[in-house]
Amino acid sequence: MTEFFQSILGEGLGWFVAHLILILLIALPVMLVMALSTWMDRKVWAAMMLRRGPNVVGPIGILQPFADGLKLFLKETIVPTGANKGVFFLAPMITFVLALVAWAVIPFDAGWVLADINVGLLFLFAVSSLGVYGIIMSGWASNSKYPFLGGLRSAAQMVSYEVSIGFVIICVVLYASSFNLTDIVESQRGNIFGLLNGNLFNPLLFPMAIVFLISALAETNRPPFDLPEAEAELVAGYQVEYSSMTFALFFLGEYMNILLMCALASILFLGGYLPPLNWAPLYMVPGLVWLFLKVVFMFFIFAWVKATVPRYRYDQLMRLGWKVFLPLSLFWVVLVSGWLVFTGHYSAEVASPPPVVESAA
Amino acid sequence: MIQAAVFYLFATVVCASGLMVILARNPVHSVLWLILAFFNAAGLFLAIGAEFIAMILVIVYVGAVAVLFLFVVMMLDIDFAKMRAGFAAYLPFGLMLGLILAIELVLVGGAWAFGDLAVQARAAPAPGGDLSNTQAIGTILYTDYVFIFQLAGMILLTAMVGAIVLTLRHRPGVKRQDVGKQNARTPANAVTITRPTVGAGVDTDVGVGSGRLGQ
Repeated sequence: MTEFFQSILGEGLGWFVAHLILILLIALPVMLVMALSTWMDRKVWAAMMLRRGPNVVGPIGILQPFADGLKLFLKETIVPTGANKGVFFLAPMITFVLALVAWAVIPFDAGWVLADINVGLLFLFAVSSLGVYGIIMSGWASNSKYPFLGGLRSAAQMVSYEVSIGFVIICVVLYASSFNLTDIVESQRGNIFGLLNGNLFNPLLFPMAIVFLISALAETNRPPFDLPEAEAELVAGYQVEYSSMTFALFFLGEYMNILLMCALASILFLGGYLPPLNWAPLYMVPGLVWLFLKVVFMFFIFAWVKATVPRYRYDQLMRLGWKVFLPLSLFWVVLVSGWLVFTGHYSAEVASPPPVVESAA
Repeated sequence: MIQAAVFYLFATVVCASGLMVILARNPVHSVLWLILAFFNAAGLFLAIGAEFIAMILVIVYVGAVAVLFLFVVMMLDIDFAKMRAGFAAYLPFGLMLGLILAIELVLVGGAWAFGDLAVQARAAPAPGGDLSNTQAIGTILYTDYVFIFQLAGMILLTAMVGAIVLTLRHRPGVKRQDVGKQNARTPANAVTITRPTVGAGVDTDVGVGSGRLGQ
């Protein structure tokens, strides 16, 4: 498509127009899926509590998220007295934009990726670690007690769990010998006896998949780690003073982050756009469908956890992050790298380093 | 052309936000400007093709260090008037530090641009071939400079241990949760069933684990 537009509009402008269209092609479906994911979340939650969930707007209530969005759009935006206005409005925007920008490096199918960069996984990690700013800034700018406490909690929580997520990512990267997401997916093609696709089925990486799932729950502030917005103690945490579209941006950003973590878990451990079995007929189904199914499956697990697990206490949360996950994942990095060196599983380029320029030293 | 435009954009924003760090009246705003400066410095790294360093800069400095800065500054109750009072007194010292830093930067830049030793490195600053940025840094860091790398790691470890030792306090009388102990409890040693007679009450000093009471 880029070539087509470049042939019509010239090189620079054609590239620009083509990428604008590609961005819209990614952002609009992602936002649609995100709207439907709020509906699915509520439906799964309701089913586990033997309720019906949203069932009034549209068939089986599927239009409920759009009705909610319209309602929020028509509400008045209230700015608290003494709020720091610039930061107050910047915070929801940061949350939303960061959640959206990360999808640029996600490979939806073989070669279907907007930015096929070398450090795709690091980019995702960087963007998800920036997500804390939306929350901490909103907590401070609201000039109110509960949001401030929520912001502080979330800052400490997200920084703690990022550490273990980082080590989990390192383990997978060591197996794939690349930070590029497409390479990571391709490295899982038939990686278990040529039969199964996915690091999840690798006994050495399976515990890291569990650690990643739990850390992802903490990173996205989902129950049982939703302390920044714990309604029983902090009313709604950092969202207390937000109304109308500013609240909607937070809400949407949060769900988009959850979807992103689901997509990341699918890419790292479930084989991304590859079918779960390395069997030729399964490859007839487009990779996009497989990735979508995996993301929905992961999202179901997120909703399942939300419906069944009680909230952690704050000291328990910190204990789990620093005293259990950090030593475990650090040890696992050593274990995985030791195993890879022992079995000689590393790429040829790294094995034979090029001669270093002598005069530079 | 577009490279130059990108460079000037990022460089201007870095300088402007660096200036705003010291000019902002609100310390939280200062930290937010600092974050913007970090972010644009990462953009500068990207523009010269050092994508690994750019991402690490964002992850480490913006994602972790600046969060802790913001965390601390938000909780401090800073008296602005008192802070401004010392401005004139510290001005010569600050100017001197700035001057030294500027001279050093010029020296480093000059040695790179005109030095005899750096001719080859100047010709090919990044290793060629299909080696990615990450692999190139890895191959040089873990072969030629492995001892320096280990030494830096040791210094950081010492600093970390020192910080923990300095701030660790053993407070007596604090109840801590021991998950193993909790899980090991059984009804036999955790529950007592009592049948007190009317007006007698329960002897709580006998405590848990001593079996049935008051029968």
